[in-house]
Amino acid sequence: MVYDGSKHADRNPADDKAFKDELVALIPHLRAFARTLAGEPAAADDLAQDAMMKAWDARASFQMGTNMKAWTFMILRNQFYSEKRRSWRQTQLDQEAAERTLVAVDDPEAPVALDELRLGLGMLPPEQREALILVGAGGFAYEEAAEICNCAVGTVKSRVSRARRALHAILDDGAYDRDGGAAGDAMRAILADAERLSTAR
Amino acid sequence: MTGDDDELRGPAPRERNAQSMIEQQPNPDRPRNSAALDEARLRQQAIGVRLRQMFDDVVNEPVPDEFLDILRKADKRSSENG
Repeated sequence: MVYDGSKHADRNPADDKAFKDELVALIPHLRAFARTLAGEPAAADDLAQDAMMKAWDARASFQMGTNMKAWTFMILRNQFYSEKRRSWRQTQLDQEAAERTLVAVDDPEAPVALDELRLGLGMLPPEQREALILVGAGGFAYEEAAEICNCAVGTVKSRVSRARRALHAILDDGAYDRDGGAAGDAMRAILADAERLSTAR
Repeated sequence: MTGDDDELRGPAPRERNAQSMIEQQPNPDRPRNSAALDEARLRQQAIGVRLRQMFDDVVNEPVPDEFLDILRKADKRSSENG
């Protein structure tokens, strides 16, 4: 990545400090979003680092006080899709890997319901999956998600709605691609886990 | 795009208000439907909880040092240039 220092020659060091602090606080969220896109943890961290550096280099164009989380997510998403375009063949493989290891965690004790959810998510069309993750997990409003995905608010709403219904059906029918596990087991596991989580918190 | 998002939430608020002003009794067709709706809503909520947890699991992982290192280097470089 080429750094153009001249663009920032007149920047106030205090502005850079404030920007940097806010950016650092967003790193965990960038990593989580990257993991949902790139799947494999090492590739996801590369993507998150590239996005972080792109955001840093573009800091002069960011207006402090506006939504930096949405701004950095948009940068990360653009980065992901432009890399995809550059290496289409590689991406075919990456996409398959992503669908296998969507938001992989290195925890063999992770509840089974999470595996089912990952498999279910992997079966959704990418644009539906992305919309559902931004709104359902990332905490973005429909309007913010629309900005991040560069599409209309109504499109995001419809994608989220379709993703929810599809995921529900996949989990309910046990239609995900896995040996064993009777129909409805995934949904039962998710319900049980959700109940456990909501009573624990 | 019309609100197919709302289909699990019952009638729109305005409709609900109008209904409750006209008749205090629940609609006789409601109980069976609303049990199914509650069930669907519960399941959607459960999926939502899991989805957030999946995301938050990564958010809560410690950030690898590499992230802060490369940002620190870039910051140093820019203050030398600036």
